[in-house]
Amino acid sequence: MSATIVTLPDQSTARIPKVNFITKENGLLSWLLTGDHKRIAILYLISITFFFFIGGALAGLIRLELLTPQADLMATDTYNKVFTMHGVIMIFFFLVPSVPATLGNFFIPLMIGAKDLALPKINLLSWYLYMAAGMLAIYTMATGGVDTGWTFTTPLSTHYVNTNVLTTGLAVFIAGFSSIFTGLNFIVTIHKMRCPGMTWFRMPLFVWAHYAASILMVLGTPVLAIAIVLVALERTIGIGVFDPTKGGDPLLFQHLFWFYSHPAVYIMILPGMGVISETISTFSRKRVFGYTAVAFSSVAIAVFGFFVWAHHMFIMGISNYSMLVFSLLTMLVAVPSAIKIFNWTFTLYKGSITFETPMLYTFGFMGLFTIGGLTGVFLGTSGTDIHLTETYFIVAHFHFVMVGGMLMAFLAGIHFWWPKMTGRMYPEKISQLAAVVTFIGFNLTFFPQFILGTLGMPRRYAAYPPEFQVLNVFSTAGATILGVGYLLPILYLTWSLKYGAIAGSNPWQATGLEWQIQSPPLTENFAVTPIMDHECYDYEWLEKQTEKEVASVG
Amino acid sequence: MSDSTALAHAEHGHEEHPSYLRHHFENVEQQADAAGFAMWLFLLTEVMFFGGLFTAYLIYRNWYYPAFVQASHQLDIFWGTLNTAVLITSSFTMAMGVWCAETRRRSGLVFCLILTFILGIGFLGIKTIEYKEKIDKHHVPGFHYSLQSFTNPQSDPEIYEKYHDKPLALDMARHTEVYFSLYFVMTGMHALHMIIGIAILGFMIFRARGGAYTNGHVTFVENFGLYWHFVDIVWIFLFPLLYLISRHQ
Repeated sequence: MSATIVTLPDQSTARIPKVNFITKENGLLSWLLTGDHKRIAILYLISITFFFFIGGALAGLIRLELLTPQADLMATDTYNKVFTMHGVIMIFFFLVPSVPATLGNFFIPLMIGAKDLALPKINLLSWYLYMAAGMLAIYTMATGGVDTGWTFTTPLSTHYVNTNVLTTGLAVFIAGFSSIFTGLNFIVTIHKMRCPGMTWFRMPLFVWAHYAASILMVLGTPVLAIAIVLVALERTIGIGVFDPTKGGDPLLFQHLFWFYSHPAVYIMILPGMGVISETISTFSRKRVFGYTAVAFSSVAIAVFGFFVWAHHMFIMGISNYSMLVFSLLTMLVAVPSAIKIFNWTFTLYKGSITFETPMLYTFGFMGLFTIGGLTGVFLGTSGTDIHLTETYFIVAHFHFVMVGGMLMAFLAGIHFWWPKMTGRMYPEKISQLAAVVTFIGFNLTFFPQFILGTLGMPRRYAAYPPEFQVLNVFSTAGATILGVGYLLPILYLTWSLKYGAIAGSNPWQATGLEWQIQSPPLTENFAVTPIMDHECYDYEWLEKQTEKEVASVG
Repeated sequence: MSDSTALAHAEHGHEEHPSYLRHHFENVEQQADAAGFAMWLFLLTEVMFFGGLFTAYLIYRNWYYPAFVQASHQLDIFWGTLNTAVLITSSFTMAMGVWCAETRRRSGLVFCLILTFILGIGFLGIKTIEYKEKIDKHHVPGFHYSLQSFTNPQSDPEIYEKYHDKPLALDMARHTEVYFSLYFVMTGMHALHMIIGIAILGFMIFRARGGAYTNGHVTFVENFGLYWHFVDIVWIFLFPLLYLISRHQ
């Protein structure tokens, strides 16, 4: 392994700056009533970690049940509730807010040289909405749960189940508003709050990715909201919009639901892609290859993302013509995704690559996302989809994208910016180990599921034929390893808050504006409004800066 | 800290700092700009929200055209038109309110807001009259829904005299329930937005009397005005779709 690029200040003299956004004010209220985007990001970070662990525990239960072919750990009804709540919590309370509400919240203003997001109160409101929704979701779980699957499919959700559809729906509705407010805030901030010299094409690609994801949040989420309202009204007073006995069409619900929920997949993955652009540039010491192409591919994914929703409905009785069109459009999404992967790969070419933890996660992302994306093309092909849909192939596919892609990117980002957020380094060796463990555990968990899917094992059942057991045992064993891989960062990151090495302002020698200020930053971010006088990812500029500093200090 | 504060102050020089300028904005223009932009984006989300309903309406209207025509005969054009007039007038008073705020006329602003408030309540009052009619005739979708007026139009003489509807086949008559589902959801969602708007209006009247909004900081009034006009425009679409089109076929 080659030398690292980490440059830490002399540990015997280095101190965390006395005045920073964490020490500025004390007391619980100063956090709960804060308008500071950095503090809100920390609040979000703590809360999504909490929900991640609930969702993770449910995943553990699912895998444990599937260890044996019979439904023996829990009743089949309970199993339905467990996988439903796993989906609801992981999607609406972890993946959707994961990178945007934590890292995006923290770093978008820093990256564009602003003092805060444009609407700090709305930002805080979005966290409160998120918490209210989350508490409601936990309440529904405690009082019996819901067993419709996270998709609330009608008429099951409106007519046939007696579980907490309404409260869960309300929780998702409220969480949706939290997400709308986050997206809205980002768009306004990126448009109106950039510092002098920060043109659109000097913004880090992280900001571009969030801009694209925000468009999806703002345009998609309200459609989910109205779909949920209609389900709720149908369930309570019995309006007939989705009820075939009255002339309504359950397929309309599918259209409205997936009009949000397909773009939601890109809401989840795009911010992760933004993280990858940052880490890959920093740890190969090169400007991201094809900056403009990567920037526009984010927007292209956002735009195409709105025209592919019906590929979730190929077996639900949509016409052959729309199947053809949506199949073609679905494959079109592969193009901007591939543009990103290829450009990141070209960035590596002739770069000075080092293998710090964020970079290991980044490599994990690239491999796993590519597999997840390509299997997405299989599924976009209508013929293959009809064979594979509702099997474990689907489960494996979206876990490769969401867990293998997004969660890897999230962890890459958390490690990458941890020194900036806390002022302290995480321990390098053990975190590299955690990254490798996660990668191995992930593949062991989800790769067998591709095979199970092609063999025909259906999803969402507590029991399965005994011949599938070997692969399921592999999968459950992998889940255990994966669990360890996720537990480790929690432990050592918490440890590092007190005992980690002092990071200094720019441990990675990265070029973003966020690295040119103290860590942790001041409440007002920049003492003086910065002026962006260079392109982003300009490592020569950084070198000159460092020389200048040395000269002036010397 | 003291250093950075001093620097930040030096940076701003001698510019005047109105008290309503939030710390993270460079100047008042940027602040107003950002707030206005955010409001337009929010209205965009509202367009998408109602868009889902309009989509449903378009699809079902195409499928169940005769049911939609006959069900729309149950709506009273007089009340609908009156309500449209009330709402447009309230938009006018709201626009006048924004103008008063911009030109710093405190009593004018309070007067306009109160008028808007009253007109908003008036709209909801008229809507209640209309809803009551539907409830009385069992045209609220759900358990008590009655097809009587559509399978046997003569049983509903008031409407029959005006339109002389032929009875619908049971199959098609059942689909009037979809029409009324959409009617209640669309006008109900609209009314919900009105109620929220009226609540905010009350809050604004209270604050405007104390001199808020007429000190040069009009962003809140302006943005609320945008919201109010948006709710108005939704009705401008709902009125023809639900009451007017194809009424005489």
